[in-house]
This record gives sequence, structure tokens and C-alpha cells, in this order.
Amino acid sequence: MSLALPAPDMARAITRISHEILERNSGSDSITLLGIPTRGAHLAARIAANIEAIEGKPVQSGTLDITLHRDDLRMRPPRALMPTVIPYLGVEDRNIILVDDVLFSGRTIRAALDALGEIGRPKTVQLAVLVDRGHRQLPIKADYVGKNLPTSPSQIIKVQFTELDGVDAVSLEEGGK
Amino acid sequence: MSQSILISGGTLANGKKSDLLIKDGLIAEIAEKIEDRDAKRIDASHSIVLPGLVDLHTHLREPGREDAETVESGSRAGVKGGFTALSAMANTSPVADTAGVVEQVYRLGQSAGLLDVFPIGAVTRGLEGEHLAEIGAMADSMARVRVFSDDGHCVFDPLVMRRALEYVKKFDGVIAQHAQEPRLTQGSQMNEGIVSSQLGLKGWPAIAEEAIIARDVLLADHVQARLHICHLTTAGGVEIIRWAKARGINVTAEVTPHHLLLTDELARSYDPVFKVNPPLRTESDVMALREALADGTIDIVATDHAPHPAETKECEWQEASFGMLGLETALSIVNKTMVETGLMNWEKVADRMSYAPSRIGRYENQGQELKVGAPAHITVMNPTQVLRVDRDLVASRSRNTPFHGMELPGRILATIYSGKLVFEGGNA
Amino acid sequence: MRHLLSIADLSKNEALQILNTAEELARVSDGPMKKLPTLRGRTIVNLFAEDSTRTRISFEAAAKRLSADVINFSAKGSSVSKGESLKDTAQTLQAMGADAVIIRHSASGAAQRLADSQWMTGSVVNAGDGTHEHPSQALLDAFTIRKHLAHGGDDLTGLHIAIVGDVLHSRVARSNVLLLTKLGAQVSLVAPPTLLPVGVESWPVKVSYDFDSVIESVDAVMMLRIQLERMTELFFPNAREYSRYFGLNKDRLKLMKPSAIVMHPGPMNRGLEITADSADSARSVILEQVTNGVSVRMAILYLLLAGSQEIGASE
Repeated sequence: MSLALPAPDMARAITRISHEILERNSGSDSITLLGIPTRGAHLAARIAANIEAIEGKPVQSGTLDITLHRDDLRMRPPRALMPTVIPYLGVEDRNIILVDDVLFSGRTIRAALDALGEIGRPKTVQLAVLVDRGHRQLPIKADYVGKNLPTSPSQIIKVQFTELDGVDAVSLEEGGK
Repeated sequence: MSQSILISGGTLANGKKSDLLIKDGLIAEIAEKIEDRDAKRIDASHSIVLPGLVDLHTHLREPGREDAETVESGSRAGVKGGFTALSAMANTSPVADTAGVVEQVYRLGQSAGLLDVFPIGAVTRGLEGEHLAEIGAMADSMARVRVFSDDGHCVFDPLVMRRALEYVKKFDGVIAQHAQEPRLTQGSQMNEGIVSSQLGLKGWPAIAEEAIIARDVLLADHVQARLHICHLTTAGGVEIIRWAKARGINVTAEVTPHHLLLTDELARSYDPVFKVNPPLRTESDVMALREALADGTIDIVATDHAPHPAETKECEWQEASFGMLGLETALSIVNKTMVETGLMNWEKVADRMSYAPSRIGRYENQGQELKVGAPAHITVMNPTQVLRVDRDLVASRSRNTPFHGMELPGRILATIYSGKLVFEGGNA
Repeated sequence: MRHLLSIADLSKNEALQILNTAEELARVSDGPMKKLPTLRGRTIVNLFAEDSTRTRISFEAAAKRLSADVINFSAKGSSVSKGESLKDTAQTLQAMGADAVIIRHSASGAAQRLADSQWMTGSVVNAGDGTHEHPSQALLDAFTIRKHLAHGGDDLTGLHIAIVGDVLHSRVARSNVLLLTKLGAQVSLVAPPTLLPVGVESWPVKVSYDFDSVIESVDAVMMLRIQLERMTELFFPNAREYSRYFGLNKDRLKLMKPSAIVMHPGPMNRGLEITADSADSARSVILEQVTNGVSVRMAILYLLLAGSQEIGASE
């Protein structure tokens, strides 16, 4: 197992992403951050905190659980549902920033786009991820990337957040499958 | 003349190792070792040689429900279970309440020729419980009926029951009561108790059986008549019979093999193969029945063999018919519940399943001790072999056996009726 | 979990899983996402051999919100009045490719017979079988109670709930006794002696014939419907006596704790077991039970059909 992003580097990447989002969207007024549980939600909270510190005012932030829109539900016993919390301005005509920890096949984001479509019609949907590990199975691209990490499909990427796992880190493990 | 038969290497009910030679329909010789090269030899090593079993309670369904069973198919099931006599209950269609119907059943038994079929006559016309059936005519018919029963229904009217008990005295008959107070059991599905409260099935309380038994033993005493109680199922009923016998009341009682083994817990599956009337009761009832059969409070085992076609059992519990098969598994179950547990020896089995039922039914030719000169009705059973109950392999026309899939101790090796080998069991 | 036949079969964790899933689904489907694609392509059959508009519509709404195809097989009066046809009906549904059958039937054990038989391979959901159980009703009742009274807690520990009325004939009562006690509540049954089953002594409940003595200490009162036919069957002398002793009226309402709620599985006999002002009072959560019913039934369908079955998952 190797440490791909130790805590300080992780923090810098998240700070950079936060600035990039503000730059591209000309501030925080038009954006709504939606983290995909579990770890995407923690990442979104960090980004939101950064943005609020930089801009000096609150930003719209919530979570979007995509379990019910997954395309692989039948392959496993039923999954527990995670909370979906849409902030009060909704999604209509907003710039939605989907936030997830790792971008891999792209299927999670496809499900998130479907879920968003049920809720309303955003102005734009952008994607922020901490790690892009390649091996896309769908035409999905991230707008904001913390770190590009080329991997082989059998490897496992482990993202840890202090509030959940006790430490901040991104590590790479050899898979067994 | 049929070939003579030599049963060799077996043990009699009294424990003596003996060979038996059967010739011309009678027992010709009993000795420790017999040689006869012309006779058909039955290897009875490790086996018990019993007097032919006599069932006092069988539903043969003919006339009227031949889709479920006929006298012939029931006879084949009977000999497969070691029986040399069956008693055909009267709840056929038409009901056996006239000399005509009982003679028809009698003749069907004769032409099947596998065992004695003794028709039972109805107590009341059409089993309606209101007017006496032609008891005299049935008693004097070719069928020589001595046992009268409305089984399936209770003779619930106390005046009708009194008259019936009095009237059959003229014919040396006995009324066999199906004890079930109808007002307490309307729509009932299973034993009333903890299980029924959880399953949401309407209960059939024990007191509905006991109240009728109590009433009828007092009636029988008052009019000095013989009374027989069908399929006793409760500890309370056992106590009443015990009390009655202690007072010298002329009452006899029967228990079915399924009530010696099964309890109402089986209803949890909602599988109607376990639906029966009277219902399966609790563990403590089962234990009380076993003790009572051992000490003679219960006089006989009777199968209440009740075949039903598949459609009436492959459905929801409420819609299903009541009843279980019983002929082919009876002796194995008695072995399991009474002999293997040490409650009874084989002599008592011979009494409960051959001598006593025959006595109650007044069957002259059956239920006799195995002696030289006696009619050759014999059951050979190997208690060490395993009977794997398979509902697809039964001789009965119906398949509703609650013992499907079970392994029971003991298989019938041979059944001999009037000196003829009517059933041979073969190897396991 | 392949079938939902009875609360007796559910572990506490499985019951909580259903409630928690229902909570999330309620939030999602009442708010942002009205329709979910989760069960698209699945066929769910409502096999209602007994009259019931509200339960059937509730299950239908639940199935449709998850994008399943719903077929309504109302067998009343047609062929499913005799037992034989349950088998034929089931085999027909199997041939039609039903992934799940939601069965409501007048015979206790009908759902289990369907599930245990070899007649079909789909999931079976018991929507009420005779007087045996009505699992989804108990689950929505527990969901409603938890929402109002559990104050953030996971289960119902510390709550006292009274179930009042014809317990003997009530599948709602049986399922609720099992579920509420499983979730840690204390349950009291209030009924005339004639309407309590022999064997109730073995249930994990307190039993009382006196409504007034129980009502002051309960957090929720669940009134059961009393059928007028019970009078002709000698369970009680007349409607007046029944209402007087066991009806929920204004006076009894006043005895209740300030936070206590009034529940009823419906349909109600206004004026018999419950007066109009009790049913319409601020304490009454009867309409909310109906709403919660859809979320709970969505959760049941999701957990039974969305994932693979643990045994023999082959996709």
C-alpha cells in the first residue's frame, strides 16, 4: 500500500479546487454544491467551508444520494439509502457542482445526473472530484480534479477523511480480485 | 386350494420364537422349527408375527367419492399396513343408512378379496342427527352391522343419542360417537390454544369433545348400553373415560396413530395435510393418550384413515378438507410411540390392534389369538427395518399423508388373510 | 429477505432497516424526487382476493413511484373464492412473469401457502391474510409512532401503546403486538373477554378489560375496527354497550397524556369504536398513517426487489 496523497497535499488540492470553482462561476452566489454520500458529502462540506471562508458568506450546499438510480442494484443485496438534502434554493436554474471522492467508471455520476433530472433543470452541472483514476466506461469528464492517479483496474483507491476515518489520506492498494 | 405358507424364524407377540404353517386358510402348526418344502416360505427373522390387524375406523369413500378412494384401493392400502379387517364408516354418498348400501359395501369388500370389510351403519338417517336410521335392517343384512356411527358428525341431540344407545341393545350393537359439540366448533380449523391464537385460525376447543364424552358416558350408564368413543384426543377426555370405567360404565375408546405422534405446532406451516378432525392437540395431550393406551384406558388404536383428493388439500387451510391417510403407517407409528418408548410390549399391541377392536365390533372371525385351528389372519412386521414414507408410492388413491418424508421404524413384510398371502413387503 | 409474510419472521434489525429506508424514501419522494427508476422493468401484481381499496391503492402508489409496472388482479367474485384457484391463479401469474405478488386474502396463511408452494418464483408480500397478520400495516404504524414519539431514538423503548377492540379477529393486532414489542414498546390490549383469544396469556402483553384505567398511561392508542356482525355472533350484547365500555370518546380523550396520539388502521366505524371528534382531533394521526403507508410500502418493495437475493444471485 502506498500513500498517494498525504494530508497536507490533500488539503492543498481541496483549496485549489475551491478557488477554481469560484473562478469559473464568478463567485459563490450561483452555485449549489451537492456531495454524493458517503465520502463525496464530506468532501463537499470541506469545499463549502473553504468557499465560505474565502467569500465571507454562506454557500448553498447539500447531499444527493444516488442509490435509487444506480444501474447495478440487482448485482448485490439491497443497499441502505443515504440522505438526500437539497438546500432551499433548489436546483432550478442553478450551477450544480456534483462532488465525489473518486471518479472511476463514471456510472455514479450518470446516476447522479438522472437523479438531478428528476428534481429539476439546473443551468449547468459541473463535477468536482478529489481523485480521477481513469478507466471510464461512460463519456463523463470531471471539471475540477484534485489529483490524476493512473491505476490498474485491480488496484483499490482508499480515501479517508478525519471525521469519518480518523485521518486525512488517499492511498493506493493492490487488489485481490 | 391356495398354496400353504410357512412363516419361519419369527417371534410371536408373547415373545416366543415360533414357526407357523398355514394350510387351507387355517393355522395348521405352530412349533419352534417347522420344515415344509412345498410351502411358500416367508423369512420372518428379526420379525414379529402378529394376529391380523383390525381397524375399527376407516373411510373407504365408496360409494360416492371414488376419486379419493374405493373399497378396493382402500383394501390394498389396508393389507399394505398389515390389516386383515377394515370397518367402513358410513359417511359415504349415499350415506350407509340402509341395508342396501351396507350390503353394497360388503360385497365390494368380498370381491376385492384382500381383507374383511365390515360396513359401519349410520346412527341417524342421512347423518342428520334427527331420526334413527334403519339399524335393525342393517344389523340383519348380509353385512351383519354391529357398529353404528355418524362419524364426521356428532350425534349432538341428547335425546337422539339416548334413543340410539337404547335401541342398539336389541342387536348387540354399539354406538361409536364422534364427540364434537357443534355450537362450540362452528367454522373451527385447529386446536384452540396458543398456536391458534398466533396463527389466526379459529379454534376447536378441547371441551367441545370432552363435554360430549361426559354426557354420553352418563347416558350409557343410565340406559345400560355399550358406548364407544371415536378418536379420543385430549388429556381431559382420557380422565373422563378413566372415571367412567372405574364406575363400571361399559365404554370403550380409540386413539389414532397421528394423535399419538403429532401436535398442533405443525399447523404453523399452514399446510392442510395436517388439518384433521378432531384436530391435532398439544404435547401434553399426546403424552396422556400414550399413557392411556398403555394402561388400557384407551382400548384400541383405530386409524381414521381419511383419503382426500389433491384439490382439497393443495389450497388455503380454511378451504381444505379435514383428514389424513393412516392405514399404511399405523403399525410403524405404534412401534415408534409405544413399543420403542417402552410403554407397551407386542402382546399389548396385539390386543389394542387386533383382539380388542374385533371384540368391540363383534367380528367373529378376526382378532383371534394365533393357535392351531384358528383362521389364518396374520401380520408379519420387521421392527428393525425402516419405512420411508413417500406419498407418491402409497397404495391409497389419495396422497394426503402427514408423514411424507419421515422415516418410521418397522415395515410390514407380509399380510396373510384367510391363509392367502395378500401382501408381501419385499426388501427395504 | 425474499418474502414479507409476517412480522414473526422479521428480526429487529430487519424491521428497523425497513423503517429507516422508509424514512429516507419519504423525504425523497415527498420532496425533490417524485418518481424513481429503481424498479423499472419489474412487474408487480396486486392479488386482492378480499375487498380493500386503501391497501391496494397504497401498494399501487408505492410500486408506481418506483417505476414498476403494476397489474391489478381483483379476484373477488371471479375465481379465487375456492381454494383450488389460488394455485391456478399463482401459476398464471408466474407465466405472466410477475416479480412480486402482493396478496390480500381472507384465509389465514394464504400468503405463506403461496410462498411455500412451488407454484411461482417471485417475492410474496402479505397484504393481510385472514385474521393472521398484516405486516405492512404494523410497519407503517410503528413508523408513525416512532416519528411522533421516539424523539430521535431508533426504536420504541419506553413507550406504552394500547391496542383496543376486537383482538380475536384482528390481523392488525397480531402484527402490531409482535412488532411493537420487538421494537421495545410495552403493549396493553383492551377488549371485552369474548374478543381476546384463548392463548393470549402467552403473548408478551398486558391485558385489561377496563379502558379507562389504561388510557391515562399510554403514549398511543390504536383503535381497532369492530365489525357489526360480531353482535349476531354473541361477542357482545349490542353496539351501545360496546361503545360505552370500549369506544374512544371525548371523555376518554381528555384522560390521555398531552403528547399521546390516536391511531386507527381504517376504515373507521365513526360512532362505534371511535367518535367523530376523536377521529378528527388534533391528537389523531389517522390520515398521516395513510401517507406513511406509501413510504413504508415503497421501502418494502425496494428491499425485496431492488437488490439481488443473497442465495443464488446470478446476475
